[in-house]
Amino acid sequence: MTIARHELRLGRKSFLIWLCSLSLLLGICIFLFPEMKKEMDTISEMFSSMGAFTAAFGMDKLNFGTLVGYYAIECGNVLGLGGAFFASLCAVSILSKEEKERTAEFLLTHPVGRFRIITEKILAVLIQVILMNAAVFLVSIGSMAAIGESIPWKEMILLHLAYLLMQIELAGICFGVSAFIRRSSLGIGLGIAILMYFLNIMANITDSVSFLKYITPFGYCDSSAVVSDLSLDAVKICIGMAIGLVGVCAAYIEYGRKDIH
Amino acid sequence: MEAIKTTELTKYYGKARGIIGLNLCVEEGECFGFIGPNGAGKSTTIRTLLGLISPSSGTASVLGKDIVAEKTAILKETGYLPSEAVFYAGMKVKDILKLSADLRGMDCSREADILCQRLQLDTSRKVDELSFGNRKKVAIVCALQSKPSLLILDEPTGGLDPLMQREFFEIIRERNSRGATVFLSSHILTEVQHNCCRAAVIREGRIIACDSVDALGNSNAKRISVTGQVDLGGLEGIRDLKEGSTTSFLFSGDMNLLLNKLAQGNVSDLSVSEPDLEEIFLHYYGKGGDES
Repeated sequence: MTIARHELRLGRKSFLIWLCSLSLLLGICIFLFPEMKKEMDTISEMFSSMGAFTAAFGMDKLNFGTLVGYYAIECGNVLGLGGAFFASLCAVSILSKEEKERTAEFLLTHPVGRFRIITEKILAVLIQVILMNAAVFLVSIGSMAAIGESIPWKEMILLHLAYLLMQIELAGICFGVSAFIRRSSLGIGLGIAILMYFLNIMANITDSVSFLKYITPFGYCDSSAVVSDLSLDAVKICIGMAIGLVGVCAAYIEYGRKDIH
Repeated sequence: MEAIKTTELTKYYGKARGIIGLNLCVEEGECFGFIGPNGAGKSTTIRTLLGLISPSSGTASVLGKDIVAEKTAILKETGYLPSEAVFYAGMKVKDILKLSADLRGMDCSREADILCQRLQLDTSRKVDELSFGNRKKVAIVCALQSKPSLLILDEPTGGLDPLMQREFFEIIRERNSRGATVFLSSHILTEVQHNCCRAAVIREGRIIACDSVDALGNSNAKRISVTGQVDLGGLEGIRDLKEGSTTSFLFSGDMNLLLNKLAQGNVSDLSVSEPDLEEIFLHYYGKGGDES
């Protein structure tokens, strides 16, 4: 586990910055809820009458006046996009940075097979993603308790589980990409996360491209659907996990045979 | 047993030449020099032997193990010193040394302490703050702390001051005398001349000479220095000509023709000496003309 431990140490600062940012945003949103609740009638009416925009963010299915409805929409934006960025950036650079920063020669001239390097690196990504989600979940639960609201456990667990799976899928895809590139990869990671996010928004706006929900991981963590159905879409999740797995397998194949410069 | 053996080892980067049909044999326990200018294929050879890049064709074994199938087993017994040492930013020297030892699954702290003391390396500093020479020292300790049976050194003294170079080669000689094989790649020929028994010369991806350092020095070429008036026109085999009050050149042509020319001139002093390896190197690289 030397390499995984080493990666966790290298990524410590970045992890803490992301954790603080996401926690702070989610915490602020939750602490704003009591204030928002007072004006909720007007706000709910406004949010539900914005046509395509309302559908795009799932606000037609949720009651913004309840904590769970409010949280699902805020969570969708903050944790959905923020978590996706974190997981993508974390995974897309983890293999490529060795060549970009010219440390690959150091690592690969030690007696550790490439299979072990890849395994420990994906493990480091997964540990960071899981820790991030666990911490953010606790912050959200704690904030809800702090404002004196009863905690909607089932909705919270399903929402956060969906976001965790979405981030794992994105991490898998970006990890595969990381094996193929040698230079700066952050733009690619952000690009993949944004692309997937907008594919879901497009699928929300128009039914003619609703199949996109089966391609993008945001399809199965659409917070409005999760809260209103009180379940996760197993088919979309299976497809998503398979796509993530393909990314990881591609990394094993490519990084296992590529020339290291 | 051969520590390193390559058979027709070839590496192309797309269409670009890396190394072509390399046949090399380094015996266990010897200190072997690998000489060539930048771009000749030295680093490609080393990177192929260490499994960083895959050969296009040919085979090679290190310590009796195949470089493709038994990469990890080879690296377990090999210490590699790269020409340019790059480490993870933000880490302290002691953490880098510990990481290197952990990656080998060994506790090398005792040996690391001894090496750091001999090389005067401060382990509490961050690697980003180190000079090129000090980073090189970190790489030396990483390569040597596990006491490997094969040392692959790529331009090992770059950045080291003369005193440190002397200490470094002292350590290498000690390791060699205890049985470690040393593969020293360098374009500083005196390093090879003073520390190696055998050497190979690589040019444009091909081995053009491989022999004992003494034998390489005993090539047909001689260093001729003439004081006086001599017309060397029409004489073939002259290289590295330096004219002044004394004319000096490397001569590999017909000695009788040279003596005739000298006899026709007005020579007040003449010396004929064995060229050093540096001059031999120029002689080898002069063949073909473009790199002398």
